[in-house]
Amino acid sequence: MTASVPTPATVPAQAHATAALSLGDDALVLSHRLGEWAGHAPVLEEEVALANIALDLLGQARVLLSLVGDEDELAYLREERAFRNVQLVEQPNGDFAHTIARQLYFSVYQQLLYEQLAADAGSPFAPIAAKAVKEVAYHRDHAEHWTLRLGDGTPESHSRMQRALDALWRFTGELFEPVEGLSVDRDALRDGWLTTVTDAIRRATLTLPDGPQIGAWTAGAGRQGIHTEPFGRMLAEMQHLHRSHPGATW
Amino acid sequence: MTTTAPETGALEAVFEAAVAADERIEPRDWMPDAYRATLVRQIAQHAHSEIIGMQPEANWITRAPSLRRKAILMAKVQDEAGHGLYLYSAAETLGTGRDELLDKLHAGRQRYSSIFNYPTLTWADVGAIGWLVDGAAITNQVPLCRCSYGPYARAMVRICKEESFHQRQGYELLLALSRGTEAQHAMAQDAVNRWWWPSLMMFGPPDDESAHSSQSMAWKIKRHSNDELRQRFVDICVPQAESLGLTLPDPDLRWNEERGHHDFGAIDWDEFHEVLRGNGPCNEQRITQRRRAHEEGAWVREAAAAYATKHAAEHGEATA
Repeated sequence: MTASVPTPATVPAQAHATAALSLGDDALVLSHRLGEWAGHAPVLEEEVALANIALDLLGQARVLLSLVGDEDELAYLREERAFRNVQLVEQPNGDFAHTIARQLYFSVYQQLLYEQLAADAGSPFAPIAAKAVKEVAYHRDHAEHWTLRLGDGTPESHSRMQRALDALWRFTGELFEPVEGLSVDRDALRDGWLTTVTDAIRRATLTLPDGPQIGAWTAGAGRQGIHTEPFGRMLAEMQHLHRSHPGATW
Repeated sequence: MTTTAPETGALEAVFEAAVAADERIEPRDWMPDAYRATLVRQIAQHAHSEIIGMQPEANWITRAPSLRRKAILMAKVQDEAGHGLYLYSAAETLGTGRDELLDKLHAGRQRYSSIFNYPTLTWADVGAIGWLVDGAAITNQVPLCRCSYGPYARAMVRICKEESFHQRQGYELLLALSRGTEAQHAMAQDAVNRWWWPSLMMFGPPDDESAHSSQSMAWKIKRHSNDELRQRFVDICVPQAESLGLTLPDPDLRWNEERGHHDFGAIDWDEFHEVLRGNGPCNEQRITQRRRAHEEGAWVREAAAAYATKHAAEHGEATA
């Protein structure tokens, strides 16, 4: 099925805002999680790489949130229920394998999504997606290479990587739920994602998880503002200083 | 290869002449063992300082109060990791690898700058570190761009450019706080009060007590004495503090017309030596986090090495 592609003029502003918030929050939240690695990475090169990815995502988030309103008000003054990111990106870092599994699942999705948006001249997100997709291609490359090294490295890294892929699998179905204001071919997105992820996992001598991709009541829940418990704590840390000084500029 | 005494004498003469003529010593050149050891010690300490120095600032990445500040801080901490990489590479040109140096750091056999054993208690500390700590580091490091050892001097050129950006962002951060709300101004002043004296200690003990200074000066690894650099730093900071609208916590700080420099109060060298001995507020915390990151990352490094070996072997078979 190919979703109909409305021209910007026919998309209500509110729907655009929801789409921008969804994409912006994905980038903002994942950037924050990656930022938590600073000073804790397994090797110095990864301090540089993870920070680089976090910075790219933060840049994307700032552009997307600014389409909707003031970036800082949106990042620091919304309550948990108003965030529209998928639950995948808010999952805690876990060990390095969990971080890489999260990166693999998300960066493949983001690359395919942004490729579609960039190719759609009618999409208000085309220019942003065209720029971001170049960054995201690197993120995906980074995630795939680490999936290979960990999957096909030592018995320990193999089992850690498999556990991580399995643990995060149930958060991947949400990536393909409809997003208001975002016109994409979701079937192509899902098929492309599954093909790419399956290929990376197979080359890494790992097994594609066989559990459900969505928990019973959480289908698309992040996009509707329903998050997981660790997200509240993440926001409490992220927002506390800004909220402690109402009206201050930094 | 062993060299006989007369050969060594001739090589040493070539080395001394090169240093005297301000030429660069390069990795393949002959150099005295003590010169090599001094450089490894200094470059390692500098590299360790970069990676330990990530911790106090990374402490605020997740709490940065605006997205712009968050991006700047993440980029800065990333730069420090990058500086660590250049410096470990510079040490490697002297025959000492990164793994060996990290082991020595983790075992407490090599040092990092003591300044990072102080805590970052508020957001303003991020600004104070940029302005004062990076400012002091630049004052120390700019002369190293002319250091006699080529790879170190070249690494320092790049590092100093980035450090200068870090110093400006710290100043700009403090300026925003100083001109902000009353609470923000107080936060900035408190941070400067806590970081000023430890920053002055970054130049090391007074010249008459400095263990390594004179030989390093002769070898042109070091170009200025600790006290000279400290004075230069104080003279730079005083007008900057005024522009910031902040005060420096030293009642004895005043312009001395005769010397053409600022006089300043006595530094608490007991505190310096205590922190150096491991009794600073964060010594244990910093090294424990570093060790933990290294130990918890061991399986990742092993996996990468195993993967590389496996696939190098496959490649070898394919081309055999």
